[in-house]
Amino acid sequence: MGEVILTMKGIDKSFPGVHALKGVDLEVRKGEVLALMGENGAGKSTLMKVLTGIYSCDAGEITYEGRTVEFQNPKEAQDAGIAIVHQELNMMNHLTVAQNIFIGREFMNGKIIDDKKMREEAGKLFEKLNIYIDPAETMSNLTVGKQQMCEIAKAISKDVKLIVFDEPSAALTETEIAELFKIIRDLRERQLGIVYISHRMDEIKVITDRVTVMRDGEYVGTLITEQCTKDDIINMMVGRTIYETPKEKSNVPADAPVVLKVENLNAGNMVQDISFELRKGEILGFSGLMGAGRTETARALFGADKKESGSVYVNGQQVTISSPQDAIAVGIGYLSEDRKRYGLVLDKTVAENNSMSTLERFCRGLFINRQQEEETAQEYVDKLKTKTPTVLTKVISLSGGNQQKVVIGKWLTRDCDILIFDEPTRGIDVGAKSEIYHLMNELVKQGKSIIMISSEMTEILRMSDRIIVMCEGRKTGDIAIEDASSEKIMYAATLRNE
Amino acid sequence: MGENKKSIGKTIVGAIGAQKLIALLALVLIYVVFGLINPAFRSYPTLVSIFDASYYIGLMAIGVTFAITTGGIDLSIGTVLTCSALISGSLITKYNFPVWVGLVICVLIGALFGLMNGIMVSYMKLPPFIATLGTMMLSKGLGSIFTKAQSVAWPQSSVAEGWFRGIFKINVMINDKMVLIPTGFILLMVIAVVAAVVLNKTKPGRYIMALGSNDEATRLSGVNVAKWRTLAYIISGTLAGVAGLAYAAIYSTILPGAGGGFELDAIAGVVIGGTSMSGGYGTISGTLIGVFIMSVLKTGLPFIGLQTHYQQVATGIVLVFAVFMDVLNRRKKGQSTKRSSRPVKSIGKAGDSAEKTAKSE
Repeated sequence: MGEVILTMKGIDKSFPGVHALKGVDLEVRKGEVLALMGENGAGKSTLMKVLTGIYSCDAGEITYEGRTVEFQNPKEAQDAGIAIVHQELNMMNHLTVAQNIFIGREFMNGKIIDDKKMREEAGKLFEKLNIYIDPAETMSNLTVGKQQMCEIAKAISKDVKLIVFDEPSAALTETEIAELFKIIRDLRERQLGIVYISHRMDEIKVITDRVTVMRDGEYVGTLITEQCTKDDIINMMVGRTIYETPKEKSNVPADAPVVLKVENLNAGNMVQDISFELRKGEILGFSGLMGAGRTETARALFGADKKESGSVYVNGQQVTISSPQDAIAVGIGYLSEDRKRYGLVLDKTVAENNSMSTLERFCRGLFINRQQEEETAQEYVDKLKTKTPTVLTKVISLSGGNQQKVVIGKWLTRDCDILIFDEPTRGIDVGAKSEIYHLMNELVKQGKSIIMISSEMTEILRMSDRIIVMCEGRKTGDIAIEDASSEKIMYAATLRNE
Repeated sequence: MGENKKSIGKTIVGAIGAQKLIALLALVLIYVVFGLINPAFRSYPTLVSIFDASYYIGLMAIGVTFAITTGGIDLSIGTVLTCSALISGSLITKYNFPVWVGLVICVLIGALFGLMNGIMVSYMKLPPFIATLGTMMLSKGLGSIFTKAQSVAWPQSSVAEGWFRGIFKINVMINDKMVLIPTGFILLMVIAVVAAVVLNKTKPGRYIMALGSNDEATRLSGVNVAKWRTLAYIISGTLAGVAGLAYAAIYSTILPGAGGGFELDAIAGVVIGGTSMSGGYGTISGTLIGVFIMSVLKTGLPFIGLQTHYQQVATGIVLVFAVFMDVLNRRKKGQSTKRSSRPVKSIGKAGDSAEKTAKSE
């Protein structure tokens, strides 16, 4: 390990309602691979965005190659030799490999683009990386792994000194990962500083030299990879302090009937053989890391996506759900994780959104009885304490928490007995969060049943009566709240199928 | 006081919509200017001919407002108009069908093409542009094939079978003077009011607006979006069929080659009126204003010594100007100029995770 190339000190960043980074420190040395770990929402990506000039920080200092820097935009960071290989690939699929690598800085021959030179240069880059990709190939013909190699080639073509990998292995096969690691080791040999973000514990042990852990926007600590165990890292990630008291025991009576039973649900790679039961008055938590397949399971169950096989029973009766209409007809409502995209029609009013799945109830013949529609919307606005000027306000102007309440109101108007809450408090500030929790508790008291998908450990432990854990499309845990601990859940969530 | 005035002004703009207001002002302005330059323009017969020029475009425009509100487009309405008028016209003149049957068939043909478009867009998931482009070519060809590339002359008003022309235009003796009554204007207004009620006050209209604004959220609310989207195209096709009647009633013959390009006039009218091309918001009154701007230009330009070709130039300018004003207005308000329903990227604590889920979807 060489000298320090990058130091970030006391980085602070707030967004409206969220304190995303709280005085975070980070240090990267030349010729090392530093793992950056933390739960979802710990602030890893935000920190990297501050580093690469996408966000500016509110406080703190970045020292890069011995001088204090503050990058105003991604281009400045790139020019200084900082590259980031994103998890989602930013490639122009119809262009060739070489054209992609040199986009924006094409080799010119007078006014004509010199494609031949670009292919040669790209070839040299791949040679340097010890991989073979035809620079003349069209990007869309490459596998995801190869496309990522091109991203890396693009990054190192710019005389890079520090390279950030943001979950590079998420979409790769085992062989592709092996190839990726070879390249990373090679880059390490050449004294580059490397930051490696990943959730996969085994990879961390294999490829990294040190591990820096973040939690809730704070710097927790740094370990030498060789000297620590997987459990050490997990403990640091979940932390010993839990800010909200977890639920001690289940509130569901032992004889509560099963309202929903799912057997061997299959839908693509992300939903493999999922079976579970939901009981009346229960909050069933779905935990797991990003990409574990929880949302996909919910969407398949709700009929939003096609399922391949599996049976669903509602109140003991087998039901066929092949569209959201079918799901709603048997009393299942789904509150999407991305309410702006899937939950609400943003430029329509609170009242219109409230009646979106119950409109026939407000219709006399073809005509909508607006007065009745607005009265009902008002009723739920009052009940849920939604803060909106009137029910005729467009939902786009409401805050996240209040938008969520509008979605909840929509399903309550429909009187669904089974509600799937997908990340119910994402992007919602603390005050509104506890109101949503309170509401969910009220709902189960009234005999409704809730499936709650959440990436926040504290939320899972505080709300759930039982917890299903998923990893890579499979169910890897079914834990009663009495036995649950964040360590146990995190363990199941990283239980990969080797 | 001044502030009060301002806020009232804002409320009016808010209620009518900035672009619609601009379009309305433009309509009045153009009419007044033409009238000042040439007093003959202000006469009653001129007004009637302005109306005459607005029926078929107006009916098509009202229909296509529905397709556009879903976030789609219907390029086939122009040739569907010709196709229905040609086929039903030749059924009446060559095959001796009763006139009323011909009228019904004319509208039905339009509805069928609309249904076809709806199925292709909603169930076969073809892009609306492509699907309706296909129907455009198909209907153009079918009309010609049916009449063997002959033009069709619907019965003239002088004969008994010509009664249908009275639906759109009627001569009445008042005080020993022949007076033209633009009955078509009344019909157009009735259809416009019905369309506006359907779009704003009924379940189908609500769903068409909702799915145009956010298709996926509407579907996940348990709405059969495919069905309602199809209905929008059926409305578009049906009114193109009615427009075929209007065209047949106003003009003496229908040429197999006619109709191409009408759809663009209709769409221009819709856009000038303030309906959003990306879907989610449609206004029938705006569409009518847009259509009348075009027919005033068409009828009025010869009065100030300019050929009808200038109509195209003038319409183009009005179109671009009206939409540009809307874009400016929106930019000032800091809204997305694209009027898209895509959400602003969520930031903050969720930022970290939101992107990752976005990928996994």
